[in-house]
Amino acid sequence: MAAGTALEAMNMSTAEEVAAEEYSAVVTKHRSQIFRFLLSSTRDPELSESLTQECFLKAHRNWKSFRGESSAMTWLMRIAINLQKDHWRNRRLQFWRQTQTHAVNLEEASEWLPSGERSAEQRLLAKERVRQVSEAVQGLSERQRTVFLLRYVEEMELSEIARSTGLNEGTVKAHLSRALAKVRERLGGRR
Amino acid sequence: MSFGNKDRAESEVRNVGSVDRVAEEASELQRALTDFRLSVRAWSEAEFNSPRTVVEPVRRGAWRLAAGWALGCLLIAGSVSGGIVHKHHQDQMKIAQTRMIEQRRLAAEERARQEEEDLLAKVDGDVSREVPSAMEPLAQLMAEDESQ
Repeated sequence: MAAGTALEAMNMSTAEEVAAEEYSAVVTKHRSQIFRFLLSSTRDPELSESLTQECFLKAHRNWKSFRGESSAMTWLMRIAINLQKDHWRNRRLQFWRQTQTHAVNLEEASEWLPSGERSAEQRLLAKERVRQVSEAVQGLSERQRTVFLLRYVEEMELSEIARSTGLNEGTVKAHLSRALAKVRERLGGRR
Repeated sequence: MSFGNKDRAESEVRNVGSVDRVAEEASELQRALTDFRLSVRAWSEAEFNSPRTVVEPVRRGAWRLAAGWALGCLLIAGSVSGGIVHKHHQDQMKIAQTRMIEQRRLAAEERARQEEEDLLAKVDGDVSREVPSAMEPLAQLMAEDESQ
């Protein structure tokens, strides 16, 4: 009887160790991607770092309840999207509070372009294009922006986006289509 | 070439031009989206790998806490010292009252003693005045004896 209990305890301890190792691997694999989504969405590095930490803290607390029905990335992205929503909602509610923001302006954000093998003129044009798209993205509604960033920055499939946002695929397509139209309009207005 | 063929050819040219323009726009959009993705990824990579300084959150309520403590201490000290002062004052009043009562008692005693002395003196005076008249017959006898 006692031997059985000891064996059970040992098995539980081993299971916990395995879960911890799995979680650790998930963090290593997806942390930068979650941070990237939050950064592109908020344009605030400090806030993104803070929300990323919160996201993984929540994931850690609920890791046992994660059944692997969706991919870990989709699950984490869903947590990140909800955290981001909560953040904006709280900021709107607490508009009277002095909220410190470290959001980077669009000019600065468009500076980040890999040099590649482009001429100076091409780089300038590319920078301008990035600035235009960034401006258009900032003008999108929260849901359109989330869907757009997941599709064109994270390159997620529509089904994955639907699972991450909790929307159905048709709605995702509609948001994406509207978002693209606005970006196209912005780019068209340049010429 | 007939007029009909010419019109068809012009229409085809227009269509091709339109298709080209749409294709160019699509290509432009594609390039813009790619540049945007690359830019965000490069920026994120740089920010993700940059060292961060951990800023200890400033406790905005710290001064309030300190002020609260100070006020609390002040109130306690005030009430304690107030109590002591009140007690001291009461003691002083008691002493003063006791002194006053004692003084009144002494004064009353003095007055009573004085009254008693006055009464005795009066009695003595009365007695000294009446004795000669009481002794009058004896004095007359003595006077008669002397004349004889």
